[in-house]
Amino acid sequence: MMSIVSAIAIVSVLGLVGAAILVVAAKYLAVEEDPRIGEVTGVLPGANCGACGFAGCADYAKAIVSGEAEIGRCVPGGQKCADAVAAIMGTSAGAAVQMRAVVLCQGSCDKAKTKYDYQGVKSCAAATLYGGPQACSFGCIGFGDCVKACKFDAIRVVDGVSVVDPDKCTGCGECAKACPKRIISVRPASTRPVVLCSNTEKGGVTHKACTIGCIGCMKCTKVCPTGAITVENNLARIDPDKCSGCGECVKNCPVGAIRDFA
Amino acid sequence: MAAKLAFIFFSMILTNNYVLVKFLGICPFLGVSKKLDSAVGMSAAVTFVMVVATLATWPVYTYLLEPNGLSYLQTIVFILIIAVLVQLLETVMKKFMPPLYRALGIYLPLITTNCTILGVTILNLDNGYNYLESIVCALGAGLGFMLSMVLFSGVRKRLEDAQPPKAFEGLPITLVAASIVSLSFTGFGGLVETIFGM
Repeated sequence: MMSIVSAIAIVSVLGLVGAAILVVAAKYLAVEEDPRIGEVTGVLPGANCGACGFAGCADYAKAIVSGEAEIGRCVPGGQKCADAVAAIMGTSAGAAVQMRAVVLCQGSCDKAKTKYDYQGVKSCAAATLYGGPQACSFGCIGFGDCVKACKFDAIRVVDGVSVVDPDKCTGCGECAKACPKRIISVRPASTRPVVLCSNTEKGGVTHKACTIGCIGCMKCTKVCPTGAITVENNLARIDPDKCSGCGECVKNCPVGAIRDFA
Repeated sequence: MAAKLAFIFFSMILTNNYVLVKFLGICPFLGVSKKLDSAVGMSAAVTFVMVVATLATWPVYTYLLEPNGLSYLQTIVFILIIAVLVQLLETVMKKFMPPLYRALGIYLPLITTNCTILGVTILNLDNGYNYLESIVCALGAGLGFMLSMVLFSGVRKRLEDAQPPKAFEGLPITLVAASIVSLSFTGFGGLVETIFGM
């Protein structure tokens, strides 16, 4: 009985002595930090995604306050966050470009054919070792490696294809890094049409594998009034600098591979 | 006496290396050995905390726990002491040695639960070392940790340029390399004992 009491007493006393030392040390040895670091950390999104190039939001805040980094490098926070940080720092923020991720594939279960029945680990990275079960070797595998990478719950697998929710997406680019097929593109969040296909094979081959894939028929290049569309490697590409966003290509694409996110 | 201290010191670095022979502290060994400067920073912090922790835990065990028949409490008490020490060190360094704090900064909190530190303090007592021997042992263990970290950061630098098969990329090939470095350390077996005639 006594041994229990003395054990409890000794450990408690040791703990209290340690706590007392730490409290005294924290009080008398406190270092003044710039209070703005805390404020800036507060308005940053706190996702620690690393898109700014720093180890986390707190690190980026420190760099902003010490003048090492410019405001507006936070991709998830966007303009709102840049303005808030600028208000704390007493400067004006430059225009931050809002970015969005887009999955360049529409090959859902009913449109894309499969080569074989994959029964392995449900991971795109693992399935890619065998080229993926889809007949199209460029398309989305749909096991959701990007879904796991997303910190904002903005990407989902719908009917075998990953789809980005533009309202939730912050453009941090984690999904693009996670995708083994490299078919997620992070681009400025304007409402311009996008060619949602990554297949560079000849039209016939593409069409056999997936009914909604770009077959490189050049129709869009002819209907585009500003000449913004070119077809390289059997895949249409829209130059965002020339595109006026008229939507003619979306209406005229025979397979429906071009979509407007208006 | 001096021979025994030297024996303890060198055997801790080579034949009883904590990382490569006793397999303690593998987490920082794999986690922080990517770059040479962070490997040196981490091991300097570990060495420092090891010595300070031994300075504090040896008297507590010998004069407080053992006379009261409470040696079974050593694990929890030592963890408590180490955690307090690390926190105190961080505060003191932040105030008086800002450059050192910035250099070691992020590694210090990681050390709190580092098993090499707890291992050194407990194994010192298991081996029946006296106060001076324990401190020398802790210093040797820390320097041994530094040696293995520095060596392995060199190995990892070469690994980055190597192109192993896809399945071995990253951690697997690092673990394979670590086991080979560990094997090479068994070559030191008997060396220190023979030199100092122990």
